Amino acid sequence: MAETPIIEVRDLVKHFGSVIALNGVSLKVSSGEVLCLLGDNGAGKSTLIKTLAGVHKRSAGDFLVDGRSIDFESPRDALDAGIATVYQDLAMIPLMSITRNFFMGREPLKGFGPFRYMDMKRADTVTREEMHKIGIDIRDPQQAVGTLSGGERQCVAIARAVYFGAKVLILDEPTSALGVAQTSMVLKYIDLVRSKGLGVVFITHNVRHAFAVGNRFTVLNRGRTLGTHAKGEIAMDALQNLMAGGKELQELSGELGGTI
Amino acid sequence: MSTIYDVKDKLGRDERVKTSSLLTTLIRKPELGAVAGLVLVIVFFLVFASPTMFTLAGIMNIMAPASQLGILAIGAALLMIGGEFDLSLGSMIAFAGLVFAAALVVWHMPLAAAILIAFLVALVVGTVNAQIVIRTGLPSFIVTLAFLFILRGLTLVGLKWASGGATQLRGIKDVVEGSTLAGFFSGNALEGLFAWMAAHDMIDKFPNGLPKVSGVPVEAVWFVLFALFATWLLLRTKFGNWIFASGGDARAARNSGVPVNRVKTTLFVVTAACATLVAIITVLDAGSTDARRGFQKEFEAIIAAVIGGCLLTGGYGSAIGAFFGSLIFGMVLIGLTYTTIDQDWYLVFLGTMLLVAVVFNNVVRKRVTGER
Ligand SMILES: Nc1ncnc2c1ncn2[C@@H]1O[C@H](COP(=O)(O)OP(=O)(O)OP(=O)(O)O)[C@@H](O)[C@H]1O
Ligand SMILES: [Mg+2]
Repeated sequence: MAETPIIEVRDLVKHFGSVIALNGVSLKVSSGEVLCLLGDNGAGKSTLIKTLAGVHKRSAGDFLVDGRSIDFESPRDALDAGIATVYQDLAMIPLMSITRNFFMGREPLKGFGPFRYMDMKRADTVTREEMHKIGIDIRDPQQAVGTLSGGERQCVAIARAVYFGAKVLILDEPTSALGVAQTSMVLKYIDLVRSKGLGVVFITHNVRHAFAVGNRFTVLNRGRTLGTHAKGEIAMDALQNLMAGGKELQELSGELGGTI
Repeated sequence: MSTIYDVKDKLGRDERVKTSSLLTTLIRKPELGAVAGLVLVIVFFLVFASPTMFTLAGIMNIMAPASQLGILAIGAALLMIGGEFDLSLGSMIAFAGLVFAAALVVWHMPLAAAILIAFLVALVVGTVNAQIVIRTGLPSFIVTLAFLFILRGLTLVGLKWASGGATQLRGIKDVVEGSTLAGFFSGNALEGLFAWMAAHDMIDKFPNGLPKVSGVPVEAVWFVLFALFATWLLLRTKFGNWIFASGGDARAARNSGVPVNRVKTTLFVVTAACATLVAIITVLDAGSTDARRGFQKEFEAIIAAVIGGCLLTGGYGSAIGAFFGSLIFGMVLIGLTYTTIDQDWYLVFLGTMLLVAVVFNNVVRKRVTGER
């Protein structure tokens, strides 16, 4: 690709004391593409995205945003640079309303000086509109997030990131806790976000979900990237084996009657 | 309440969502329980208490203790919604009372300076509480429990030092005599209005034309204004949203860019300042301060906040609920004197109210969050 990737990391290393969580990770994300980050439990996926999101500082390696080397001091810096992360826990507060969650930390204000207050009407309208765009009808934006289904919550979290001008969206296992219908809702939404020109980093265990929306696949194993493959270049099975670290998954799968 | 399915009726509504009933709207309001409780208590006393309880004079009798507690309870409620407790609230009243009184009678400061110093101490105590909680990550329950003892002890030691061995400091009335500033913290407010109402036969008056009730206790004015302000702050401002977020899930709030530590520090300072305000009001009222001032007020404030709908786990509650919770307290405390019932039932009532409120809040929380 000729254009500069929005995010590029080269040989990224991250230590936690004596634990080496990342040991040479390289990847690129450009706008309008979905990069799937695949890897088994403990491979370092969450550590990697937390480093991209400004939660952790890298121990070594290069981290470029729009071609320029960058150091984030806090998640706020990453947000300001257009990198929005939807964590596994979604950063949503079940007791608060959808609107209050949607605008948490970035409340729209009205009025002057010390008398500035939240523009609740606008907040409600925007929340309803943004959710409507992705096909979720919220009748009452004041209802608590706790009453939404897992998939709907995931969509609210993504919609929030998109609304606040993310250039890159990082999603940590957005489909791991979802049923079939909800998964397809989230996957559809990921594709919609990509078609709008955002870059998406989609983290998952599930090769099938990755294949549904991914343009390229980066496999992470024991803190290292095992290379990146474009969609047409690799079969689902091969990817699955790569993810399992070369172990013959077929064998296991065979023993279990082909259910994996 | 899922809305993702495309099954819609003719009006385009999702068939799986019932139209929001009045009940759903109501139950979503944290103060519902407190309002219901207040109605119950009023009905109870209408039946069992002498009718003089609900005269204007009787109501003012209720307002004084209700307001003193209410100022504390609203502060405690904001802090609880922000996810923390302050058990040092009661001791802080005694400590602020000592500082305030000592500034007046030992250091001979003008009233304005004494008030300023008392609030500066609140700023320091609140900040210290908050910083310890934030930096150690310990539950505020434990940290402020330590300050419950530390501040009470400091008050005792300080009182003996200031008074030369006693546990009481007197002579405050003489020092503030004739100060207009004192009028903001003691006596009655709205006296002009009451005189006018008496003159127009709207309220009871003595034969000489003066109203039988000369005004509203000044703490009631503070109480009402603070309740209105806190409610506006919580429901309508950015900071209010941050309070809910910090108490609901501090990590999620941080990840969304909410300055959680700043919010919590502010709230600890606000509760300490509430204690200080109550200290100034009660010290000016009594003309002295002593070591037992504010004793166990932290529990009463927390109970009033819980009756007002605050969850012990944070992230949910209301200031106006704490307002009603405090009215319930004042009404029962004073109301029992208008009945033949033994006054010590007050404590039994207090404990029972707390239990009922906690159980009720739990149910409401499950309704609100859709937990099953
Ligand atoms: N804060 C930390 N301190 C020490 N070790 C850590 C820390 N965070 C992660 N690790 C270690 O780094 C490794 C990678 O963890 P990480 O959470 O990134 O895995 P993951 O790929 O996200 O796994 P999963 O699929 O289960 O979410 C693990 O061995 C983990 O124990
Ligand atoms: Mg993970």
